Amino acid sequence: MVELALPKNSRVQAGKHWPAPAGAKKVKSFKIYRYDPELGGNPRWDTYDIDVDACGPMVLDALLYIKNNVDPTLAFRRSCREGVCGSCSMNIGGRNTLACTHGWEEVPGKAVQISPLPHLPVVKDLIPDLTLFYAQYASIEPWLHTETPTPEKEWRQAPEDREKLDGLYECILCACCSTSCPSYWWNGEKYLGPAALLHAYRWLIDSRDESTGDRLDALEDPFKLYRCHTIMNCAQVCPKGLNPAKAIAEIKKMMVERVV
Amino acid sequence: MSPHLQVWRWHVTMACSILHRGSIFALYLGAILLAGWAVALASGPDHYACYTEVVGSPLGKLVLFGITVMLFFNLAYNVRQAFWDLGYGFTPKTADMTGVIAIAFGVVAAVVVWVIAGFTGALS
Repeated sequence: MVELALPKNSRVQAGKHWPAPAGAKKVKSFKIYRYDPELGGNPRWDTYDIDVDACGPMVLDALLYIKNNVDPTLAFRRSCREGVCGSCSMNIGGRNTLACTHGWEEVPGKAVQISPLPHLPVVKDLIPDLTLFYAQYASIEPWLHTETPTPEKEWRQAPEDREKLDGLYECILCACCSTSCPSYWWNGEKYLGPAALLHAYRWLIDSRDESTGDRLDALEDPFKLYRCHTIMNCAQVCPKGLNPAKAIAEIKKMMVERVV
Repeated sequence: MSPHLQVWRWHVTMACSILHRGSIFALYLGAILLAGWAVALASGPDHYACYTEVVGSPLGKLVLFGITVMLFFNLAYNVRQAFWDLGYGFTPKTADMTGVIAIAFGVVAAVVVWVIAGFTGALS
């Protein structure tokens, strides 16, 4: 359902201001979404003025600086700090991206605004609940389906068939794309979303996979696939430069090609 | 629930998508106006004069011009969609560009149509 406004208990209120330490030379403001279910109440925007000379260039560096030096209660996910694990995906300056590969100087505007990935239940602060997102990924059965007897060594694939997986296998499941999609916001329960569909296509065009027909049957549904309206937010925000919108268009083409 | 529209910084492609929805609504309105014109024409000279006066007023003309812009934008957007259906034009850069072109085409084509209409005396 299209609901433009946030539910009453999710509206973000003004929060605390943490001033910069005395003697700070280069001060930057970070406006960060805070929500603690144990405290109850509505979420709030806390503003942290920090001396950026003391921290690294990425948004994740600033978040770690705040957690270590200003406010240890700030909660967020992070792991590899180099754009490989997909843990630190969040909305930074109005766009979804990875905090570890996005520099705070790149964010337009005076303050760097950081909130959790959009339109998801919030566990705490910048940590959203991705249960449904992972369940949708599992629903496309992201593994090789075969019927022929397993070969003695590996399943072989020609280099040109392997090339078809480029631009698809690199996905790190950070959920930036799915949670950027207004169609996923309004119909997330029924529409699979860009990430799951990109993976669906990755298995559909794998030359070794033997259940292409069954996979297409599973997607033949008014919502699962066809809620993509080419709004293109997914391709615009993907931190790995992938293009789920194109993958979805290719699946739609396969659907047509198999009936004509 | 985490903020969505409240924090999102829009892309051209996102604006085009919602504008396309808006253009469909505008074309429905245009179809109703056209039907109204036919009904007024069939109802006799008095009704027809009344109808043309309302639609021909400055406000009526503004609405008609808006519908013309939306008509041409919708046309351009559907051409863009046809290329998408064939699998072309999906890089964000290209999609941004074709989106801007669709909006510009809508405005320019509408202005051209109205200038031509002005020359033929249809606007006076």
